[in-house]
Amino acid sequence: MAENVVILFQWLVFLGIGLVCIFASIMVVSKKNPVHCALWMVLTFLATAGLYVMLHSQFIAIVQVIVYAGAIMMLILFVVMLLDLEVELRSRLKFLYSKAIGGLFAVLLMLGIFYAVTTRVLKGNVGSFTPEKMSAVGNVKAVGKVLFTEYLFPFEVASILLVVGIVGAVIMSKRREARKE
Amino acid sequence: MIIPTVPPACYLVLGAILFTIGVIGVLTRRNAIVVFMCIELMLNAVNVSFITLSRFLNSPHGVMFVFFVMAVAAAEAAVGLAIFVQLYRTRETINVDEINLMKW
Repeated sequence: MAENVVILFQWLVFLGIGLVCIFASIMVVSKKNPVHCALWMVLTFLATAGLYVMLHSQFIAIVQVIVYAGAIMMLILFVVMLLDLEVELRSRLKFLYSKAIGGLFAVLLMLGIFYAVTTRVLKGNVGSFTPEKMSAVGNVKAVGKVLFTEYLFPFEVASILLVVGIVGAVIMSKRREARKE
Repeated sequence: MIIPTVPPACYLVLGAILFTIGVIGVLTRRNAIVVFMCIELMLNAVNVSFITLSRFLNSPHGVMFVFFVMAVAAAEAAVGLAIFVQLYRTRETINVDEINLMKW
């Protein structure tokens, strides 16, 4: 009986988070003001972090809140406020047939994914990282151990990628004084 | 009677719905920053699928992939937003219908 209560609670949390996710992302797509879009986006990311906690990966949930909801969305909000988008706000969201056709194809894609997901059973080698074992050593420790042994080379490549990103952003947003004169 | 736990298919279906909403946003919105946000939404949906499969196959590899996807998304945000700022300075618009040249 006690297990049933726990599982029922899990279902309720899953459905709640799922509905919040879907509603917030529909709002991201349909709101006209980019600032509203960004704020609904933050809600989507926070709800997804809750989903990660339900899936027993607390590390990714925390990184999601810090990196996505914190850093990336703050950057986007800064840029939205930096640019003057008043003109774009006044132009209405136009209905075009190309948009309707695009939406139709997107729904077809969704149906394809539904078919692939619901008819096939999960196959593949089951690993040894069960949630019990993960929580015994600690999620961050288990993830870090794999990251710094098996995935050391991709980790270093990711650091180079981030450096390239920073340098690219600085060079890109620098004013080109010499060319204008 | 024991209620079954939330099956992986439910999480994957949720990921599919989020991905589709992102695709619709990319196809229908014309503001470059909103298109960019919809791309982040799609990355997020893929992350949900990765974590789900990682959890139900008891493997840490999906978590690693999500970690690298986040690193790439951060670098992409920095460079992409710098491009938008530069575009706005030269063209005074970020409507993707009016931006069709990389150099002019």
